[in-house]
Amino acid sequence: MFIKRILEDIGRYFILMKLVFRRPDNFRMYWDAFVRDLYMLGVKSLGLVAIISLFVGAVVTIQTALNLENPIIPKYYIAIATRESIILEFSPTMISLILAGKVGSNIASTLGTMRVSEQIEALEVMGVKSASFLILPKIAACVIFNPILIIISMFLGIVGGYIFGTSTGMISGTDFIKGLQIDYTPFYIAYALVKTVVFAFVITSISAYYGFFVKGGAVEVGENSTKAVVASSLVLILTNYLLTQLLLG
Amino acid sequence: MIRVTNIHKKFGDLHVLKGIDATFMKGKTNLIIGKSGSGKTVFLKCLLGIHDIDDGDVDFDGRLISEMSIEDRRKLRLELGMVFQGSALFDSLTVEENVSFPLRMFTKKSSKEIAERTNFCLNRVNIENANHLFPAEISGGMQKRVAIARAIVMNPRYLFCDEPNSGLDPKTAMVIDELIQEITQEFDITTVINTHDMNSVLQIGDHVNFLVGGKKIWEGSKEDVLHTDNQELADFVFSSELFKKVRRAARSE
Repeated sequence: MFIKRILEDIGRYFILMKLVFRRPDNFRMYWDAFVRDLYMLGVKSLGLVAIISLFVGAVVTIQTALNLENPIIPKYYIAIATRESIILEFSPTMISLILAGKVGSNIASTLGTMRVSEQIEALEVMGVKSASFLILPKIAACVIFNPILIIISMFLGIVGGYIFGTSTGMISGTDFIKGLQIDYTPFYIAYALVKTVVFAFVITSISAYYGFFVKGGAVEVGENSTKAVVASSLVLILTNYLLTQLLLG
Repeated sequence: MIRVTNIHKKFGDLHVLKGIDATFMKGKTNLIIGKSGSGKTVFLKCLLGIHDIDDGDVDFDGRLISEMSIEDRRKLRLELGMVFQGSALFDSLTVEENVSFPLRMFTKKSSKEIAERTNFCLNRVNIENANHLFPAEISGGMQKRVAIARAIVMNPRYLFCDEPNSGLDPKTAMVIDELIQEITQEFDITTVINTHDMNSVLQIGDHVNFLVGGKKIWEGSKEDVLHTDNQELADFVFSSELFKKVRRAARSE
């Protein structure tokens, strides 16, 4: 029964995606929706991403410094560890998981409320391709803006590590900069951005699926928002493993 | 004119519409009445194309829905206006943006033309100084009027209303009924209204279809309703003491 329901969900998800990627009726209206979603889902997440990145960068630096308190190990290893943790995993994966909660629940509850208040039916009666008009701009907005958020997160994470690491005397500024430059692999940035784009698609499309097919009222909208966050987080973690195996394995 | 022939609709084992025939005339307010669960909303959604019909056909002025391609159906939808029970205005758009939405989506009119048409429709439903307010900032009665303005903005040939005055006070409900009737006559639209408000039946029911258990068992005008011998219809329409008195007075004339 459980497996049957999952298979049904997967089938309906792909049918929805087929409806989403249709030729827009009116590019101008889609553009307006895209700009609105870019602001709602992307720009409005900047503050949260900035604060979390700054402090997690600081915590990673402090914890690494405490674990490397050994005169044989050069201090710049602290910066290397901070850089690798933030670029490879914290920014692309952890920030995407946080966005799955923030953006995913926003998308699922917005679409769910539109469904139960007949706004989606109103679009369909007008002849609007509702799935495409409502979901495509959200996917485009997140796929385009999330990599920018992640780059900002990487930058602020490392800045946070630098500020807190140097101000507490755990590492000197020179050692930190030196550590950031040693063994730097540019491909890791590409790997992180590829993951981010895939995660952005996973978060928006799965959340949209749960919101678009809500049946019932306010309780069901809440339930489906929770399901959207849980499902997109699980798929994100699974995709993270697969992409890591494919790109770094 | 819309002519419905023997339409059936099932949801799994549940047979909701059991062969309904009906004719909805142009320039008239055509009512569908019936108890909750009688299939009114499903019937309306079948006419709108939200639900696919299992059997039977719908004829929109000589165009059979069964013979239409997907593109033809999309074009037909541009001729339909719909007023939903809960208004279904888009929360994130202002009153003006809600009304102009179909024009911006489907026409190549200039901004000036769109603004003129939008303001004409808002004036027609007596909405003033609310263009920049959001749906949450206006009353239920105003929301219904904005929904009517949005429904007529594309000059529809067919107007559908699902319980347009539910949740409104009696006076506002009467205003909405009169507005729909005036618009129907003024623009010569085929209007189909789904209601269980008996005031509406007796006030604007040019042609009334009575559904019971997914079947149409009676049709006639509002005058015919007053003089009907159909016991089920009489029990439904004249359930309150007030309406029983109205009926007795009408029959004694």
